[in-house]
Amino acid sequence: MKFMSSRGAFTVGFLVGTCTLYVFLQQVWFERKASVRQPEDRNWLKNRSALFNLNHPHHTGEDGAVANSMYKNVRVLCWVMTGPANLQTKARHVKNTWSRHCNILLFMSSVDDPDLPAVGLGTKEGRDQLYWKTIRAFHYVLEKHGNEADWFYKADDDTYVVVDNLRWVLANHSPDEPIYFGRRFKPYVKQGYMSGGAGYVLSREALRRFVEGFRTKVCTHTSSVEDLAMGQCMEKVGVQAGDSRDTLHRETFHPFVPDQHLTGKFPKSFWYWNYCYYPIVEGAQCCSDLAVSFHYVDGSTMYLLEYYTYHLRAYGYRYRYLPPPPKEFSPAPADAYQKTSLLNAAVAGKL
Amino acid sequence: MISEGSSFIKGMVLGAVFCLLLSIMGSFSPIQPSSSDGEEEHHHHHVIAPSNKDMQKLTEAQMLELGQKVRVYCIIMVTPKILVYWAAANDTWAKHCDKTAYYSSESSKALESIDLQEQDEWTRIRKALTHAYENAGDLRWFFMARPTTFAIIENLKYLILDKDPTQPFYLGRSQNSGELDYVEYDSGIVFSYDALKRLMEVLKNEDLCPERGRALWKVSEEKQLAICLKYAGVFAENGEDAHGVTLFNSQSINTLITESIAQNPDKVLETCCSDMAISFSGMSPSQMQVMMYGVYRLRPYGHDFHDSMMFLPPKGSDND
Repeated sequence: MKFMSSRGAFTVGFLVGTCTLYVFLQQVWFERKASVRQPEDRNWLKNRSALFNLNHPHHTGEDGAVANSMYKNVRVLCWVMTGPANLQTKARHVKNTWSRHCNILLFMSSVDDPDLPAVGLGTKEGRDQLYWKTIRAFHYVLEKHGNEADWFYKADDDTYVVVDNLRWVLANHSPDEPIYFGRRFKPYVKQGYMSGGAGYVLSREALRRFVEGFRTKVCTHTSSVEDLAMGQCMEKVGVQAGDSRDTLHRETFHPFVPDQHLTGKFPKSFWYWNYCYYPIVEGAQCCSDLAVSFHYVDGSTMYLLEYYTYHLRAYGYRYRYLPPPPKEFSPAPADAYQKTSLLNAAVAGKL
Repeated sequence: MISEGSSFIKGMVLGAVFCLLLSIMGSFSPIQPSSSDGEEEHHHHHVIAPSNKDMQKLTEAQMLELGQKVRVYCIIMVTPKILVYWAAANDTWAKHCDKTAYYSSESSKALESIDLQEQDEWTRIRKALTHAYENAGDLRWFFMARPTTFAIIENLKYLILDKDPTQPFYLGRSQNSGELDYVEYDSGIVFSYDALKRLMEVLKNEDLCPERGRALWKVSEEKQLAICLKYAGVFAENGEDAHGVTLFNSQSINTLITESIAQNPDKVLETCCSDMAISFSGMSPSQMQVMMYGVYRLRPYGHDFHDSMMFLPPKGSDND
């Protein structure tokens, strides 16, 4: 082959060698640069299909004294509605993120799974089974864990929850009050009912009455619309539908993703306008700083919200909203600190 | 045939060796002699945020002084084509700068800007930096970005808190191209007053820093800037947190998380992004609004940070 001279072969070889090694080096260099930091402690004690939290996650440099105190005094059992098909695609991300802040965690499925772990409720799967699963799940948690928690939160496997903010909402109430909280909807039930997707939380007394209601047949499986049926039972057994809004009347439980609440414009014909018990606010004031939940959250958005809530922050930023501490908790040292430095900061920069 | 084959193999080996040599040389930053007015020479390539311990030692008076010193002039390079991002930046992160100026290629009726009347991006950058330097007042730090970047200015202030603006600082997400270290434009570029002062001098030199590039191929603006700064004795540095994690990101937080899920599915956030991140790029306006909420509002009750500095929220705003 005359067209490929020695010179030409050399040149081509040179180019091939350069490119090959360049690609190889890119890989090696890249791997060296990736740094892995220490993972946060994520210790669960697996016992009877439940996960008992041993280490409430913390950050280096943070003062978690108030959060720790509330963790001890406002014990939350989280149970997550899931199914065999979702254990790896959804439940896993819940387990890696927000659920680490619960005192006790359970995944409720139709079938037992010893690895996650998940409790098998013995139902079938499907939207029409939701209320059956809910009934059985609440019966299960009262029986097995009724004395180990004060509040019992039901979430979907696409609900993101800020458990520390849930404790803030609950801290001014006693677990012996017959009350439950969530995103309040107004139709069909006189006192309203709580959106299933945004998650709702029952006091220990509310849970006790729910189970008792089924024993006395005051409550039955009236429909497969889980949140509505739940709301109807709650009203029948005298459990109050609570107001979960913050002190500026901003919602804390949210039935959609943050994007939609903060920037979306719901069309006036959308069902949402007719369902919300309290007036809907569009834009930034849709949502409390101390949001408790969002819904329709996919796997990667779980990590995004965890990053925004527990990781990313603005150094030194003094928040606009300074929430009052719950009655039983003395003011955090941070409040006094902020007040004394406030004047200084005003003089220093932003007048 | 055999002689061609062996030539090919010799060529390949030599090519590989050549590439290796280039990479090794490229990974060392050249150390230039410092200017003659007795300033301290700095040749580190990583600028690290102060640790908590450093911050505790300062008195309140020192803190007040620092607050003044770290005020930032934001230089936002806009064009009418990206109006929607311009509006997003204006409604979100740009409110946290101490002074914000939008430098535009042409005027727009929708938003106020300083009209540079110039289509060439490199020329616009020269003009914008010159204008900012001349109008700095007593501001000593500058942050240049396009509105497709999202920046957390408080975290930028944290990074530069203990740095002297009378020293030349040119930092952000530093990259390497052969022998040239440059700061990526997408993730925002930070200049100290002294760095700009030196740049102003070298901009006058048509040979070293031409107004229109004379190379056969077009050099990107970020690299052109690095070349000019290098002649002025100013070198690119990478901004990092105390753990060595880069603070300036040239991708959206969404992309970074997706990548981290693929690489480390059970340690997604541990390996992904810093808690004190300064910038992200390529986010949509609504993603920017969500980030505003996530950074400046959403937080878990009961977890407090006793930061030594305090930055107040901007006036007349409600999404932060």
